[in-house]
Amino acid sequence: MSLAELICPAGTPAALRTAVDAGADAVYCGFQDATNARNFPGLNFTPDELAASVVYAHAKGTKVLLALNTYPPAGKVDLWRQAADTGARLGVDAFIVADMGVADYIARTHPQVRLHLSVQAAASSPEAIRYYCESFGVKRVVLPRILTIPEIRQIRKEIPCEIETFIFGNHGLMVEGRCSLTNYLTGQSTNMDGVCSPASDVEYARHADGSMASQLAGFTIDQFGPDEKAGYPTICKGRYTAPHRPQGYYAFEEPVSLNLSRLLPELIEAGVHAFKIEGRQRSKSYVRGVVRAFRAAVDDIKAGREANIADLVALTEGQKQTQGAFETKKWR
Amino acid sequence: MTKLTLGPVAYHWSAEMRRDFYARIADEAPVDEVYLGEVICSKRAPFHEPDLPATIERLQRAGKLVVLSTLAEVMLKRERKATEDLAAMEAPEIEINNAAGLFARGKRPHRIGPFMNAYNEATIAWMARQGATHVCLPSEMPAPAIAAAAQAARHLGLGVEVQAFGRASLAVSARCYHARAHGRTKDNCQFVCEEDADGMPLRTRDDQPILRVNGIQTQSESYIDLLPETTRLVAEGVTHLRLMPQAVDMVAVAQLFRDVLDGKMPVDEADRQLAELSGDTGLSNGFYHGAAGYRRIAMAAPV
Repeated sequence: MSLAELICPAGTPAALRTAVDAGADAVYCGFQDATNARNFPGLNFTPDELAASVVYAHAKGTKVLLALNTYPPAGKVDLWRQAADTGARLGVDAFIVADMGVADYIARTHPQVRLHLSVQAAASSPEAIRYYCESFGVKRVVLPRILTIPEIRQIRKEIPCEIETFIFGNHGLMVEGRCSLTNYLTGQSTNMDGVCSPASDVEYARHADGSMASQLAGFTIDQFGPDEKAGYPTICKGRYTAPHRPQGYYAFEEPVSLNLSRLLPELIEAGVHAFKIEGRQRSKSYVRGVVRAFRAAVDDIKAGREANIADLVALTEGQKQTQGAFETKKWR
Repeated sequence: MTKLTLGPVAYHWSAEMRRDFYARIADEAPVDEVYLGEVICSKRAPFHEPDLPATIERLQRAGKLVVLSTLAEVMLKRERKATEDLAAMEAPEIEINNAAGLFARGKRPHRIGPFMNAYNEATIAWMARQGATHVCLPSEMPAPAIAAAAQAARHLGLGVEVQAFGRASLAVSARCYHARAHGRTKDNCQFVCEEDADGMPLRTRDDQPILRVNGIQTQSESYIDLLPETTRLVAEGVTHLRLMPQAVDMVAVAQLFRDVLDGKMPVDEADRQLAELSGDTGLSNGFYHGAAGYRRIAMAAPV
C-alpha cells in the first residue's frame, strides 16, 4: 500500500499556510527567479519568506519541497547553486530538480537532502528513471502526464524509487522540459526562464463585429465570437487552421483541466506514493477547497471507506475536464 | 576546420525518397557527418530500417562519418527495445536523445543529442564524465550561453554542435497531432504524416503561418538560419554546424554553408541564395540573439 501523500501548491507564503492548514502532507514552492518553472510576477518566495514558511510547515508536520526545476543556461549556473544552498540551509525536505548539472551539484554538496526528479526531466521509462536514481540518488520521480495506469503499474515494478503523479489542475500537453513554444513567440524560455505564455505578452483585441482575438506577442492564439468567453492564449491550447481543418480547431488540446478523482483508488492501488495538485498560480480559496477535498478522499480510501468522489469531480464543474492519458492510450 | 553535419530526417519521408536523398547527399553534399535513424516516432522506423545498412555503407564510402540517433521519446516497449539495441552497437557512433539511452549506454562513448537539454557547463561536465564525446546544444540557446557552453565543452575535449539551418524542434508530446488533425489517434494513424514532407502547416485564425506539426513533434514555421552568425559561432568554439533536412535542395544549402565557412562567398550573397532556396518559408535567428525565435535579427555590421 502506498503512502498516498498529498503534494500541494504554494505560490505564496499565504497559500502555503492555507495548504498546510487544509491538510497537505507536503507543499512545493520556489524562489522569485528563473530557478523554478513558475517564474510568474507576484508569485514565489524570498529566502526570508521561505525560512518562516519552513518553520510553519514543519511545526504542523508538513514537508516543504523546493522546486529548482528549470535548466540553467551556461554562465548562469551559480543562481541555481545558490538557491540550493539557501534551501539546504533553511531545512527544506527535498529539492525538485530536472537539470543533470543541478542534480549532480546537490547530490555532492547537500547529500542529506532528498532529490525528487521533476516532471520537467521527462523521465517516462524505467530506464530513464533508473538513470537518475543511480546517478544522483533520486528518491522520487514525478511522472510525465503521458502514461496510462497499466504503464505506471509496470514502471513501479522496475524502479527503485517512489512515484508521484499529477492528479488535478492545469493539463500541459507537451512533454514538459522539452517545450520552446513560448520562447519561439516571446523570447522568454520555459526551460531557462521558467516562463510559459507570459501575461506580459497577452493582449485581447476586440474586433468591430464583437469578436475577440486572444493574442500572445501579437500572434492570434484563438478567436472568440461575441457570445463566447475568451480564453487565455496558451499556445498549446489555441485554435489554428491546417490544410484539412480550414475552420480552425484545437490542434493540440482543448483548454481542459486534469481531474483524476475517479481514478484515485486505482492509482493508489497501482503503487503511486504521492499525488500532486497543480496550481501555484491559484488563489488561496482555490487551494483550500481542492486540498480539503482531496485530503478527505485520500483519508477515506486509506481507511477502507468509500471516498466521496463526487465532491472532487464537482471541483471542476462548469469546466471541461479530462483524465488525459491516464485512463486510455486512445488519448494519444 | 568547422564541420558541417546533416541532422536526422525528422519527417516520415518514404523509403524511396530517403534512398534518393541520401544517394545525392553521398555523391554531392559537402557535409562531413550524417546522422541517421528515426528520432520522432517509433511507428515509422520499420519503413526505413531495412535500407539503413546500405545507406550507412553508401555514405561511408563517400567519406562521410555516420552517426545513429536514438528516439527523443521513450515510453513503449518497442521504444525501449529500439533504444537498448542502438546503445548496444559498437559502430557506428551513436547520438543519444533520451535518458533511457544514457542508461543503456553506460560509460561507453556516445554523443549527446539536441533533445538531451545540455544547457550548461555543469551538465556537460557531468555528461563528459559519463562518456560523452560530443554535444549538440538545444536550439533555443542564446549566444552568450552557447559561448560559455562551447568553451567548457572544448576544454573537456568534446565536439560542440549547434543547429544552423532548418526548422527548430519546439515541442514533443505523447499525442500525435498529425493523427489528431485527421480525426485519428496515434494507434490508428495510418501514417498520414507521410503527406507532409516538410511538416503540416498550422496558421493562426487570422491566417498567419505559425507552427508546423510533424507527428508528435511541433516545429517552428521558420527555418533557423545562422549563416550570418557562422563566423561568431566558430569564434565561440562551436566545432560542428547542423543542417536539418528540409524539403528543399539540401545539397545547395550545404554548399552555401561550406562556401561561407571557407571564405569563398560573401555572407550577404550566400544568405540571399539561402532565402531563395527556402521559397516561401521565412528564415529566423531570434533564439541566437536572445529574442523571440521566429524573428530575423539583422547583424549590427557585416562580418
